[in-house]
Amino acid sequence: MSDTLLSVEDAVVDLPTPRGNLRAVDHVDLAVGAGKTLGIVGESGCGKTMLSRTILQLLPKKAKLSGRVMFDGQDLLKLPPEKLRKLRGRSLAVVFQDPMTSLNPVLTIGTQLIETIQEHLELDLAKARQRSVELLAAVGIPAPEQRLTQYPHQLSGGMRQRVAIAIALSCEPKLLIADEPTTALDVTIQAQILDLLAREQQRRHMAMILITHDLGVVAGRADEVAVMYAGRVVERAPTPALFKQMRMPYTEALLAALPKLDAAPHTPLPAISGRPPDPTRPLKGCSFSPRCRYATERCSTEKPSLVAAETPEHLYACFHPIAARVPA
Amino acid sequence: MLFFVARRLFYLIPVLIAVSVLTFVIASLLPGDLAYVILGDQATPENVAALRHDMGLDQPIWLRYFGWLWHILQGDFGRSFRTGQTVLQAVSDRVPVSFELMIFAELIGLAIGVPLAIACAAKAGSAFDRFMTGSAFGMLSVPTFLSAILLIYLFAVELRWLPATGYVPFTEDPPANLRFMVLPSLTLALAEWPGIMRVLRSDMIAALQEDYIALAKAKGLKPSRILFVHALKPSSLTLVTITGINIGRLIGGAVIVESIFALPGIGRLLVGAIYTRDLIILQGVVLLVAAGFVLMNFIVDLLYAVLDPRIRHGHA
Repeated sequence: MSDTLLSVEDAVVDLPTPRGNLRAVDHVDLAVGAGKTLGIVGESGCGKTMLSRTILQLLPKKAKLSGRVMFDGQDLLKLPPEKLRKLRGRSLAVVFQDPMTSLNPVLTIGTQLIETIQEHLELDLAKARQRSVELLAAVGIPAPEQRLTQYPHQLSGGMRQRVAIAIALSCEPKLLIADEPTTALDVTIQAQILDLLAREQQRRHMAMILITHDLGVVAGRADEVAVMYAGRVVERAPTPALFKQMRMPYTEALLAALPKLDAAPHTPLPAISGRPPDPTRPLKGCSFSPRCRYATERCSTEKPSLVAAETPEHLYACFHPIAARVPA
Repeated sequence: MLFFVARRLFYLIPVLIAVSVLTFVIASLLPGDLAYVILGDQATPENVAALRHDMGLDQPIWLRYFGWLWHILQGDFGRSFRTGQTVLQAVSDRVPVSFELMIFAELIGLAIGVPLAIACAAKAGSAFDRFMTGSAFGMLSVPTFLSAILLIYLFAVELRWLPATGYVPFTEDPPANLRFMVLPSLTLALAEWPGIMRVLRSDMIAALQEDYIALAKAKGLKPSRILFVHALKPSSLTLVTITGINIGRLIGGAVIVESIFALPGIGRLLVGAIYTRDLIILQGVVLLVAAGFVLMNFIVDLLYAVLDPRIRHGHA
């Protein structure tokens, strides 16, 4: 990718816990081009939120971090706090998972929007207010003028997430990190929010990292998908290539675990058996091997590294990749 | 909001009735017959019986309670049989002293406790935080009579900056009044700030873990705004509660401090009434103080609603 906006290079995040060191992010390399969408998919606890917090530099104080996070030509890890602050909310914005907890309960919607705008843009109160109204209207909130004086608890979950999106979009960021933006919402609202994000992304030419546990969410929306497992990226490919031919058994299992609308009633879901490994007790071999139906002796003794499939963009970490499907 | 206030006010009525019953019953249960107290040990049984009859003491307690309540509702709290002063007069003479003491003590306590709490929460776990938390714990265990004596020794005896005891009304000589109030207020404040600091510190540390603080950081807000607006406002509910309780407690006068510094406040009025068995003053003052306490809690409730919109809208 020629115009890379964000690249994460060999990022490692260690969290000291009472039970020992927890490696939340394990040598991750990623890149997002300007205006592109990267989907990050994985189960709970696979490190995808920790990765997003690494990019935002919002890790817990005790976390130990190494590697590089290059954003717009600067290494975020080496940026002084004041410069980082000017970047956050301005060119690097985020939408968190749960709109019930991510908005301050004792401040009005208007305050929370206007403070962001006035922090980064040289606008007086009237102009910032006007911009807030426009933003709320843009994210599909009815009667935006009245919403400014309301508090988060007076809005539904979907409306709150729209407010959170309006806050994220308020200063025209170059990159939006959406960390499971629809997980906490009703199913009927999920598609609306995802469509809203996609529409605003197109309109504003911003890049997006869409973090989700649902392969179905990224299928039609991401340019590239990275599948994470136990802190590592285990497969990474342009979205069409991935869905045409996934190599990693874990990716396949994730896709198989999605309910299908055309399945006969009472078809059992092929859930992935077992649990992800204890991150404080790293395995010697492939982290997925205890749950993998293709696993062999080698998988439990040796860690597979990311290797390229037939194109250099498609990477996977597996000794027994799923073979190319024989065309029918 | 108006409805909210009206509803809370309505809830006060049963509380005040319960307070009046308790006050009356406790005063009546105190050993020693009022008639004997008034007439002294030379009284003849006939005199006592006559006085008891005059004062209605021979009536059943519930009848006496309603009689007392009836007079109170008409604004008559009774008068001291020793000084002849009415309860209302005695209280209104002394309330300004206790009130001034309470306000200064709370203000100084908040002025010490709140900034320290914010500083500690912002640097939770640091050497400064551990030192301040430890000091607060130490201060909590210093009784007021001890800190009062130490302050008197330092500022009145050694440095001779401030008077040790005495009182001048604010209306007569404001500077002198303030000089008399400094040491007693400081004594009380030294006992107030540790509680204020510890409660606010732990609430703010909890608030700083919230998602909305992470979002505030991700929005690129200034650290001061995150601390003072995004974290302090949602953390101030418990602070308001304990400040309210402290003020309520001080409405009854700071008995020890008023005695040490010879301040003519409510606390000393109560102590005097107990020593002289002035039951009329005692039960009247206790009732008024309790009513003040209840009223203070009502104000705290209203402040909650101002601070937290979820309470105002009946969600929480």
